[in-house]
Amino acid sequence: MTDIAATAAPSTETATLPARLAKGFVNRLVIIIPYLWLLFFFLIPFIIVFKISLSQTAISMPPYTPVLDFSDGISGFLAGFRELNFDNYTWLTQDALYFNAYVTSLIIAAISTMLTLIVGYPIAYGMARAPATIRPTLLMLVILPFWTSFLIRVYAWIGILKPEGLLNQLLMSLHIISQPLVILNTYTAIFIGIVYSYLPFMVLPLYSSLEKMDYSLVEAAEDLGCPPIGAFWKITFPLSLPGVVAGCLLVFIPAVGEFVIPDLLGGSQTLMIGKTLWNEFFSNRDWPVSSAVAVILLLVLTIPIMFFQQAQAKAQEQGR
Amino acid sequence: MKSLGSIRRDFAPWNDPNAKPYIQFDKVTKKFGDFTAVNNLSLTIFEREFFALLGASGCGKSTLLRMLAGFEEPTAGRILLDGQDLRGIPPYKRPVNMMFQSYALFPHMTVEKNIAFGLKQEGMPGSDIEKRVAEMLKLVKLEQFAKRKPHQLSGGQRQRVALARSVAKRPKVLLLDEPLGALDKKLREETQFELMDLQQELGLTFVVVTHDQEEAMTMADRIAIMDKGEVMQVATPAEIYEAPTSRFVAHFVGNVNMFEGKVAEHTANATRITGATGAEIVVDNGGKAAAGSDIVFAIRPEKIKVSSKKPADAVNALEGEVYDVAYLGDMTVYHIKLDDGQIVRASALNASRVTEDPLTWNDRAWVSFRPDAGVVLTR
Repeated sequence: MTDIAATAAPSTETATLPARLAKGFVNRLVIIIPYLWLLFFFLIPFIIVFKISLSQTAISMPPYTPVLDFSDGISGFLAGFRELNFDNYTWLTQDALYFNAYVTSLIIAAISTMLTLIVGYPIAYGMARAPATIRPTLLMLVILPFWTSFLIRVYAWIGILKPEGLLNQLLMSLHIISQPLVILNTYTAIFIGIVYSYLPFMVLPLYSSLEKMDYSLVEAAEDLGCPPIGAFWKITFPLSLPGVVAGCLLVFIPAVGEFVIPDLLGGSQTLMIGKTLWNEFFSNRDWPVSSAVAVILLLVLTIPIMFFQQAQAKAQEQGR
Repeated sequence: MKSLGSIRRDFAPWNDPNAKPYIQFDKVTKKFGDFTAVNNLSLTIFEREFFALLGASGCGKSTLLRMLAGFEEPTAGRILLDGQDLRGIPPYKRPVNMMFQSYALFPHMTVEKNIAFGLKQEGMPGSDIEKRVAEMLKLVKLEQFAKRKPHQLSGGQRQRVALARSVAKRPKVLLLDEPLGALDKKLREETQFELMDLQQELGLTFVVVTHDQEEAMTMADRIAIMDKGEVMQVATPAEIYEAPTSRFVAHFVGNVNMFEGKVAEHTANATRITGATGAEIVVDNGGKAAAGSDIVFAIRPEKIKVSSKKPADAVNALEGEVYDVAYLGDMTVYHIKLDDGQIVRASALNASRVTEDPLTWNDRAWVSFRPDAGVVLTR
């Protein structure tokens, strides 16, 4: 009896094995594509930047000493490991400028993210509750600014915010103010710039999570005795949280490293890490230190977000 | 004592002229732009009644329910609940609760929290909420699912959570929008009886919207048949079936045979009808159509007897030919093509296993019925 079972089992397996392998290969291929993308467009550039951050400046082209180069063969490459130094990273800790720039950038990004959320939520809510026929138009209007250059749009804000700019002219002609407001070249201008520029990134994920929400849930809450404002906080907002989180990450991450907005609207005295990086790279031509700044920035952003997402996944798992 | 159809329960305040109406729709009209969803509709529902609004989709039955819940305001007319005009009262202040067709369970809350939601809004103390929630869970037999989220439940369980949530506040009126629409047939039949028991147990007034006539017939004390924003007839299930007042109602509920004709004469207690093709039918159930007027005689298939010879005592008998026979086990459905060309549907209950008078395709046959078997419809 055991013989029959032993011979029967493999025969069925071999029959399906090629088919299963082929299916497995196709499945894997689909997954491989995004990984290849990440490898070529994220991991390899990152390794190059990391390598530069370990080298020293030099007056040459490119302006740094080669590190871990294969020109000396494998033995030279291995010898290079022993000569590695993290001077550029220790340098970042010694000059308070970098620490301050990181902290200011994080604070500015956090405040502007909150402001973007406050401005973006009502817009997304209004869009999601608008008649289905005009929703595509509203969506188009949100995306429309992307059709002009980001740089030009930020430049335009100089014309609006400067002391003799459009905003001050308007307010003064309406006799609301007698002296022009100083907005340009302050942190306020940076906030305005970031909120304006990143609003679509907040509105779109919020809209998508609000739009798919079943409105009868709100009706059910009201039916059970909950006034509309209560129903918003108890039902609508909690159910839109995935959109809130996605929108906030999409605004916060690029806002931390933002360079154009603080440079054009924030003036010379504002301190943000993106600007510091630019100065290191183009003014000081210190590629290794600017690479170190970039690597630290990446770690500062990715590590907390990784923990956050892990915690969120865990919470979701428990919720199930 | 004779009765029309079968009596469901001994409850008939609509026959009592002194009974106080509980819910009153008073000449209510609702328009959405150019579309009139509800047209000058008046309707009275009594306390503890199980009332069904039955109609095809788009007939305005859901709009009526949503106006009662407060999600829509009537364009004209008033809605009164227990004597109070509901105009301007927002949904969260109305003493009615609704069970939604989609159930509308809060996906981010457990079963327990869903049921407790309305009680918390009321400001009920925590210990009382706990007690009431436990009671509700027991009522719908979901005690062991208290900590589950809605997506972890089956369709039937979700339906029961929705039900428990909507009755937890002990509303004056429970509104049910297609409460069983999403369940499969077997579960739907079971749940119909559960709903009826629940209504008796809690002593609530139920208003249910449905497009399923069997569901309405099973559960409701009275049914309002709706069409194009108007009520066609409000009556008990038996009256709706046995004494429809219009062609629409006769057609909408169950199967029916219709004979076009004219009232030939009225005798002491019967009406003689001449069919369009000359056949004569005598009806003695008190039709009041004027002599000479165009009418329709409507008769249900099971009231028609099919036989191979003309029954000796038959008042109404028409001759024809068997056109189709469908044997369904519990009954047999005959389609008889009368000599004037009209096809009559007749159904016979297979009370015994042996058929005494077997008929098959193309046999000559007689259809006969008693004078009180059908009704005369004037509209």
